[in-house]
Amino acid sequence: MLTRKIELMVGVFAALTIAAVLILAMNVANTGMSGNGETYRLLAKFDNIGGLKARSAVKVGGVVVGRVTAIELDPQDYTPVVTLTISKDYINFPETSSAAILTSGLLGEQYVGLQPGFSFDGIEMLKEGDYIEDTKSALVLENLIGQFLFSKSND
Amino acid sequence: MWLVDLGAHVLEKVQALGRAALMLVGAIVVVPQPKKNLPLVIKQIYVVGVQSLLIIIVSGLFIGMVMALQGYTILVDYGAEDSLGPMVALSLLRELGPVVTALLFAGRAGSALTAEIGLMKATEQLSSLEMMAIDPLRRVIAPRFWAGIISMPMLAILFSTVGILGGHLVGVDWLGVDSGSYWSIMQATVELDVDVLNGVIKSIVFAVVVTWIAVFKGYDCLPTSEGISKATTETVVHASLAVLGLDFILTALMFGME
Repeated sequence: MLTRKIELMVGVFAALTIAAVLILAMNVANTGMSGNGETYRLLAKFDNIGGLKARSAVKVGGVVVGRVTAIELDPQDYTPVVTLTISKDYINFPETSSAAILTSGLLGEQYVGLQPGFSFDGIEMLKEGDYIEDTKSALVLENLIGQFLFSKSND
Repeated sequence: MWLVDLGAHVLEKVQALGRAALMLVGAIVVVPQPKKNLPLVIKQIYVVGVQSLLIIIVSGLFIGMVMALQGYTILVDYGAEDSLGPMVALSLLRELGPVVTALLFAGRAGSALTAEIGLMKATEQLSSLEMMAIDPLRRVIAPRFWAGIISMPMLAILFSTVGILGGHLVGVDWLGVDSGSYWSIMQATVELDVDVLNGVIKSIVFAVVVTWIAVFKGYDCLPTSEGISKATTETVVHASLAVLGLDFILTALMFGME
């Protein structure tokens, strides 16, 4: 009888732990990529990436479609090349799409905002490894203040 | 000569380390006999795991609540009280869950393991087992060691989860942080395969260290009442120091090299 009680209590302990893992997995953590897990990569060159980091989000209209997986410096012209890993659920971005580095809120983290372009005849879709040509760099607050002060002093 | 004393001291420590390693190898490097040993392990999980459940859950609840309270008073100055969720969740999952669980486990279960095994040694139960051709390493040490390694990560996960719920209790229900942003910003920040997984890896490492120290101190103690009391104290002190030191090294390896 005593062993049965012990086994029951250990069972309750294990069940509690499984419930806790489920809470952590469902409510607390994100499991990385949404969708079926298959991804493809796009590249984008920026003049300045500001505070963008690997694992920053890639969003279209505020919806997360992928993540930044690598940031490297092009050895030829010393501009940062950002690798965007995007879920295969969102596959049809026209060549005319643009990418911008945006900030969520005044002090929030930075993310890459994708703006799908118009597609008409002769415009192809972006494929694995393609570059997004039209990019806008991150806003650097210090530069903005500098420009503001400079234009003031010219008045 | 102080050099002689130093040398004797070092030799003694190295010998103890060797004995500890031999004990561990003797206990776990065996042909597994699940039929015979599983009931023993389950009995020990009950003793070290289930019976530590109450202290772990109550501590987790209070630590989560106090972190929400402290975090809120600071974050609200910057209008960033929505970040309370990730603050509570990340501190619990990465640090406080594994570390505080290991410290509580060393005090609650580790000391009991040492005292139990030490008393078995003092009352010559271990020698009697040997007389009956039963290896005390496999019969007494191994089930307790495995039970500790299985129980502590489970306790750490429960600690973190209860702490996050406690943070919700204070932050949302009492201080008025928005419930939606508590969970959603937490979800956007916490990564299952980085933060949660590394916390679990930490607590497995701590489980090995704490349980190993606890069973070894009991197995190696002087078989007198004084020896048992000294061994029990040493278990708590050494295990706590080892956990805190290892935590720094593990954190530096996991999160420091980005």
